[in-house]
Amino acid sequence: MSTHEWPLWEVFVRSRRGLSHVHAGSLHAPDAEMALRNARDLYTRRQEGVSIWVVRSSEIEASTPDERDAFFDPAADKIYRHPTFYDVPEGVEHL
Amino acid sequence: MLFSVTDGGTVGRVYGNDFQAPGDAARARPATDDSTASFEAVLAEDGRVEPRDEMPEGYRRTLVRQIAQHAHSEIIGMQPEGNWISRAPSLRRKAILMAKVQDEAGHGLYLYAAAETLGADRADLLDQLHSGRQKYSSIFNYPTLTWADVGAIGWLVDGAAIVNQVPLCRCSYGPYARAMVRVCKEESFHQRQGFEILHTLSHGTPAQKAMAQDAVDRYWWPSLMMFGPPDTGDAAAPGGHTEQSMAWGIKRFSNDDLRQRFVDMTVPQADALGLTLPDPEIRWNEERGHHDFGQIDFTELFEVIKGNGPCNQQRMEHRVRAHEDGAWAREAASAYAAKQAARAVGAA
Repeated sequence: MSTHEWPLWEVFVRSRRGLSHVHAGSLHAPDAEMALRNARDLYTRRQEGVSIWVVRSSEIEASTPDERDAFFDPAADKIYRHPTFYDVPEGVEHL
Repeated sequence: MLFSVTDGGTVGRVYGNDFQAPGDAARARPATDDSTASFEAVLAEDGRVEPRDEMPEGYRRTLVRQIAQHAHSEIIGMQPEGNWISRAPSLRRKAILMAKVQDEAGHGLYLYAAAETLGADRADLLDQLHSGRQKYSSIFNYPTLTWADVGAIGWLVDGAAIVNQVPLCRCSYGPYARAMVRVCKEESFHQRQGFEILHTLSHGTPAQKAMAQDAVDRYWWPSLMMFGPPDTGDAAAPGGHTEQSMAWGIKRFSNDDLRQRFVDMTVPQADALGLTLPDPEIRWNEERGHHDFGQIDFTELFEVIKGNGPCNQQRMEHRVRAHEDGAWAREAASAYAAKQAARAVGAA
């Protein structure tokens, strides 16, 4: 396995407790352990994180941009899912 | 998807700028007209293009070339400063310089990762650097002769890089823009540590002050050249890259606009340092609201791009040697990963 074959990993970093992991970028590494160590050196040199996830890029399934409209269409005509859809009588509070 | 990006072989790149030496226009990227409505719509609303979106082949290739050569500049940029790690004047300066050089490696990796989202392969891009088919910023072909040069690089070279790179945080290609946000945050430490080195020297002994002045004298003009050829005139960039890159939202300001911004920013800083910029024509122009400055010798820039700078050969030899000398570590990591994977299978 040369570096040409080192798999690509996506790196997710939790910046502090209470927040979720957020995608930070990607890197190449031969295995998960090296991916974690490289991710620490690459994406948290200034204490940007308290926890790191690495996921093989090939394991990620993504929706395709071409189908974006059709895929997300079902939500487009359901504005009643938002509280601003509803009329609230004058003077009614805490609703 | 892998593809060749060798058509940029003569391009001299500078940290997010894209130009080439005169006479190389024939190799300029051919115009493409495979743009799509969805791509144009994203550009029209100043949105961001993301990796799996439709995009014209020319846009993709321009980005791969620019991002790759930007990445190459970051990792070659480790050499002139790395040269002084073992001779830094104090433990404090040494620790800072090591952190800075490590950052440059990190910047290179952010950028190679961004290029890979466009279908390029990092190992392939490195091969193109090592074989001379892709270039890096001409500024790193100048030597670091004294400790003050480390200060001048931080203050002037990183200062110019920041002026070039800040607009790239709004580049139309999402992964490149995001990488640049991270890079720019880290660059401001680089610039300040350089300024501090020069400030300390210029307020030290007469010999230290003279060393600081000498470094500024040597790095000032090459730093101005980092912005590339002028927008107009005989030395203007051939090939029309600027116009197309602006239309694509890759480049936001012209070379001369960015250069002017850098000069205006730097002149008062030089005063604060008590150092003189080596250009007697620098003066405030009330009418323009900018500093005037002297003519830049662009023949020097083009010579350095063509490989005739003071350190071109040394930089490339060192880079290739470091890559080859590091092969055992990459192989060992691969072998270890393979052994662990085999054991995991055996245990299952």
